[in-house]
Amino acid sequence: MSFFTVDGISLQFGGLKAVDNVSFSVTKGEIFTIIGPNGAGKTSIFNLISRLYDPTSGRLFFEDRDITEVPPHQIAKLGIARTFQNIELFENASMLANLLVGRHCHATTGLWQEMLFLPGVRRAEKEHRRKVEEVIEFLDLQAYRDKLIAGLPYGVRKVIEVARALCSEPKLILLDEPSSGLNVEETDDMSFWIRDIRSELGITVLMVEHDMTLVNRVSDRVLALNYGKVLASGTPAEVQAHPDVIAAYLGA
Amino acid sequence: MRFIFKTDYDQDIRILKHSGYWWSYGVLLAVMLAAPYLLGSYLQSQLVFVFIYAIVGVALMILTGFTGQASLGHAAFLAIGAYTAGFMQSLGVPFIVYFPLAAILTGVVGALVGFPALRLHGIYLVIATIAFAFIVEEVLARWESVTHGNEGMRVRALDLLGMPVPRDSEAFYYLCLLVLVGAVLLALNLLRSPTGRAFVAIRDSETAGKSMGIDLAAYKVKSFAISAAITGLAGVLFAHKMTFISPEMFTLLLSIEFIMVIIIGGAFGVHGAIFGAIFIVMVDPFLTALKDDLPVLVASIGDSLGMSPEAAGQLREKLAKIGSAAGLKGAIYGLIIMMFILFEPYGLYGRWLKVKLFFQLFPLYKRATFKRQKTYVKSERNR
Ligand SMILES: Nc1ncnc2c1ncn2[C@@H]1O[C@H](COP(=O)(O)OP(=O)(O)OP(=O)(O)O)[C@@H](O)[C@H]1O
Ligand SMILES: [Mg+2]
Repeated sequence: MSFFTVDGISLQFGGLKAVDNVSFSVTKGEIFTIIGPNGAGKTSIFNLISRLYDPTSGRLFFEDRDITEVPPHQIAKLGIARTFQNIELFENASMLANLLVGRHCHATTGLWQEMLFLPGVRRAEKEHRRKVEEVIEFLDLQAYRDKLIAGLPYGVRKVIEVARALCSEPKLILLDEPSSGLNVEETDDMSFWIRDIRSELGITVLMVEHDMTLVNRVSDRVLALNYGKVLASGTPAEVQAHPDVIAAYLGA
Repeated sequence: MRFIFKTDYDQDIRILKHSGYWWSYGVLLAVMLAAPYLLGSYLQSQLVFVFIYAIVGVALMILTGFTGQASLGHAAFLAIGAYTAGFMQSLGVPFIVYFPLAAILTGVVGALVGFPALRLHGIYLVIATIAFAFIVEEVLARWESVTHGNEGMRVRALDLLGMPVPRDSEAFYYLCLLVLVGAVLLALNLLRSPTGRAFVAIRDSETAGKSMGIDLAAYKVKSFAISAAITGLAGVLFAHKMTFISPEMFTLLLSIEFIMVIIIGGAFGVHGAIFGAIFIVMVDPFLTALKDDLPVLVASIGDSLGMSPEAAGQLREKLAKIGSAAGLKGAIYGLIIMMFILFEPYGLYGRWLKVKLFFQLFPLYKRATFKRQKTYVKSERNR
């Protein structure tokens, strides 16, 4: 039984093969990183997994369930959460509201109940807030609780996005370039958090990352991609020593 | 400045965040309750219109302000509510039945409009809602057996469980106030529960919303239905207030007025709907007064500045002509909207918050406090 498997998946944009017959599988509890030059198709793979794109061919399996045709809004409920390369937070809402949206897949209250704000809704709301508070504590975000996202610095937003994903209590978290745009210290913090997400919360991490120091520090396994194709996979050291990978990065 | 130290989750969830709110909203409610006994009948009647516009404003706030789906078709929802009232009343159906029925009916129509709207964004959605409003207008004019066509329809005084509630009575005023308060509470309740947050999420990022488990289609339809249903309720009140309804009362201009309510009030909170409604309802008598009095005033100033009587008379004629030109009201509305979008996108409520903060922080207020910083480029790729 495998935890998460991508089986021969392809994605075509017109004449461009953004993802070309990619297969890999992630074991429970590992940190798996996808690397590759710009335009290699890394984000496209994430968009396929979160079902924003339909694959041209190939299948996706999560906990032995075929999720290739599951609608995108049901992915979170299955236990897969994600962040975005360009940050997709809800700009004109407070951080708390953003994190509470992260709990949407656990919402149980109905529309009529909510319009009248019956006691059941209040109870559920408190429970959501308790869970959110744990994540706020975990990522040290107390200072921004009631702040509007629109006024927050980039580095903080990056962390809030991770927090929002964690609020859905996922089994697998997809992080798209968690360190891009962060300074050295923020990147350091991020690498600790990624390891904590795995070790303390027991969440499997699948990430895309450019910063090789971070990759080496946290990844158990690495997959290198170029022009939508798999170049190599294995431990970080193995992959970086692979001649095709070196060639892809040096453009030789 | 007041600092709130939060110690439990109820403090987050509560609508009135602290004792200051209890005070100010308590006083506001008391004033509103006392108003019919303090104001003349003209102002009381204007307030009823403010309430009706504010109810539509709250409805539009849910759809446009929270969910980010623009609509220029709300006059049609108002019309459906109004005609439901008129028609049902003529069949002898009591108010307590047709009032909720109007909400259900407009809600269903709203949901039906929401479905095709799922695939449309921005300007295309606006055009679709305008088209919907034209269809409704046309149906009202043609379906004579029910609507009496362009002749219009008389609506008798509201009859609440055997008690007549004429349009100018205090009871009617309180009824409108009650419905407004109900609509506001409903909107606030939604905002503090998953559905309202899903609306806001859809407004700010559909992609992220989807990935967080929000079924975009379902929530957009819900938003349309709720917004339309509330507007339908306002329509019933509107019909009883006007006592006569005809298709030409529910035109595009009315929909534009509704959009103005939330743009001018500030589209990010329920307060905005109220501020905007006050502005829109009061601007009309103001414009009328201006049209009547300004030419005379200018001429008399010219006169006292030594202008010859003929020249002053000519000036007055000229101004009066401009004042009564067709389409002037629309042009002034357009100008007001543009000014707000350019200079105060947060609307009157936003301006109010700034003024409040200025006094709270005095003398430490920074001009840039409300400046937004763009820190990254948002990608539209995944739409
Ligand atoms: N919606 C789209 N329509 C057309 N082409 C697309 C679309 N999304 C991505 N592409 C193309 O697919 C290729 C892979 O893009 P992708 O975003 O997956 O790259 P990436 O590996 O994430 O790159 P980066 O490191 O810059 O984030 C690129 O050539 C890109 O231009
Ligand atoms: Mg990318």
